[in-house]
Amino acid sequence: MSLAAAPALVRLPVWRARFVLAAFVFAFIVLAGRSVYLQAMRTGFLQEQGEARYSRVMEVPATRGRILDRNGEALAVSTPVKSIWVIPEDVKASRAQKKRLAGLLGLDARELKKKLAETSRDFVYLKRQIAPDTADKVEALGIPGVYQQREYRRYYPGGEVTAHLIGFTGVDDAGQEGVELAFQSSLAGQPGSRRVIKDRLGRIVEDVESIRAAQDGRDLTLSIDSKIQSLAYSALKSAVAAHGAKAGAIVAIDVRTGEILALANVPSYNPNNRAHLSGAQLRNRAITDSFEPGSTLKPFTIAAALEQHRIAPTTRIQTAPGRLTIGRYTIHDAHPESVLSVAQVIQVSSNVGAAKIALELPREQMWNMFERVGFGAPPQLRFPGEASGKVRPWQTWRPIEQATMAYGHGISVSLLQLAHAYTIFARDGMLVPLTLVRTGTPVQGVRVISARTAREIRDMLELAVQPGGTGPRARIVGWRVAGKTGTAHKQEDGGYAPDKYIASFVGFAPASAPRLVIAVMIDQPAGSEYYGGLVAAPVFAQVMQGALRLLNVPHDAPLEPLEQPGGSDDAREGT
Amino acid sequence: MAKLNLLLLLVLVVCALGLVTSQYKARRLFSDLDREQQRERQLDVVYGQLQLEASTWGLHARVSKIAVEKLGMHVPDPRRVIVVMRPAEAKQ
Repeated sequence: MSLAAAPALVRLPVWRARFVLAAFVFAFIVLAGRSVYLQAMRTGFLQEQGEARYSRVMEVPATRGRILDRNGEALAVSTPVKSIWVIPEDVKASRAQKKRLAGLLGLDARELKKKLAETSRDFVYLKRQIAPDTADKVEALGIPGVYQQREYRRYYPGGEVTAHLIGFTGVDDAGQEGVELAFQSSLAGQPGSRRVIKDRLGRIVEDVESIRAAQDGRDLTLSIDSKIQSLAYSALKSAVAAHGAKAGAIVAIDVRTGEILALANVPSYNPNNRAHLSGAQLRNRAITDSFEPGSTLKPFTIAAALEQHRIAPTTRIQTAPGRLTIGRYTIHDAHPESVLSVAQVIQVSSNVGAAKIALELPREQMWNMFERVGFGAPPQLRFPGEASGKVRPWQTWRPIEQATMAYGHGISVSLLQLAHAYTIFARDGMLVPLTLVRTGTPVQGVRVISARTAREIRDMLELAVQPGGTGPRARIVGWRVAGKTGTAHKQEDGGYAPDKYIASFVGFAPASAPRLVIAVMIDQPAGSEYYGGLVAAPVFAQVMQGALRLLNVPHDAPLEPLEQPGGSDDAREGT
Repeated sequence: MAKLNLLLLLVLVVCALGLVTSQYKARRLFSDLDREQQRERQLDVVYGQLQLEASTWGLHARVSKIAVEKLGMHVPDPRRVIVVMRPAEAKQ
């Protein structure tokens, strides 16, 4: 064969072998270069990418702290709920499925259709904060493109009774009002995160590291006693309804510890369902509103005068003919009297008497008294929107203003400030710092007036609730009560409305060893009964009676039924 | 020399198997831990819900309503109540 017979020695050109060798060497260099590049230069990136295929960073949820009353009763608790969201483009559901979904979520079929039509968006909430078992039913429908997200929702078992005090949180679990806002930083938890390795089935197989430990919010124990709170709210609510009043507020303070045992406002709202809320319902009047208190301020004027030894409880003051003219203005008494002792000025609440005593005082001394009992400055409870009230600097006072301030006009305070200030009479001259958090330990106050002056005022305030005083309806069976009524014209458009009043009562009991200060304010009672002694004093008596019983305070008065004043005495229950 | 190599190989195999088992055990224990932690959270949630329920049932207004209306109870007349002081309080 010609091929077989081909000469054995065919000389291939040497360059061909060298070419192949060079090609191999080149290929190896490229490979080596690539591997050096991947192993040494891009290693970080690649490792990250690899890890991303199996390791996950998981959010570790933290719960918000609970709010409890002083006896451990829950006032606000967070429990998990689910929010349902969709990627509208991915949703593939039959008509029946859509109908079931709308039914489960309580949505209108048209509404659901509208939400699913927003295909340009990647994330649409269908319904936020639904119960976990409803969410499970939604999941059982198995519609693609429908997802769930775990959230917390706050529940308030106290409802409208504690609404203003506790406040509420927004959808994102941050405090928006009341204690929820005031103590946000300690109540809120810090969600943590950790890195884990998941297997093919999504089970966590290894904890790589904890990036940040989750920190649950701290529980908060308030000074509030939910029994007294509930008593105070219901008494206030029925009084506001009975007198056709616009609003009302009540504060109860334990004078030994400075703890606020109850704080309620009417009108209120249900914090668990906050649709259709009006601004009036949301207002925490006891803390954030200031008003001209009227006669409830007289004891402070008298106390300032007693401290300066300008008068003694028995000093006699001519109040006839029930009018006092200063410049262009005239001060009136509701029921003109003649010569009164200082104690009687408080007892029958004489404006003229209080004004005359005030005019004996240097302006600065009177201002000093107001300032030292806390008027004109917020009470420092950390509560949002605490009113500081208005006390003008004494340098600008004219004589008529000094005279009206003596009986609580031309000066404004919040109900909480007023109750706080009365602790000086209950605590033998000491002003007790207030707290909303349970302490349970008696506190030392700051001395404002001498113990002697405080006792003298206490005796006068006890007279004021006896028959012949302005507030006999504040008396209770079994305990001696001391307190002062107030009836002030409401301010309106820069002047005083002739027919709109704020009725108030501030007092404490038992008078022999005071334990509780309670202040009541009723805004704009309609009808013929608008005096503090008729509108506010009965609320005080009702709450005081119940609270002293609940606190097991020993009796200090004979246990005989009270003789209620007859019709003729009602006329006395003035300012 | 060959004997030593064989021995080392054996040790190596044993070590490798040990590593695998311990890794497996660690993962098993970890998933147990994870499950228990989830249970803890779940129980905490239930506790919160029960606390909520207890507060709702125990509302002062509800209790007093039932006491008065259903059980015919009433607040005792103050004259029939005697407050007894603890010795420590009585001294004050």
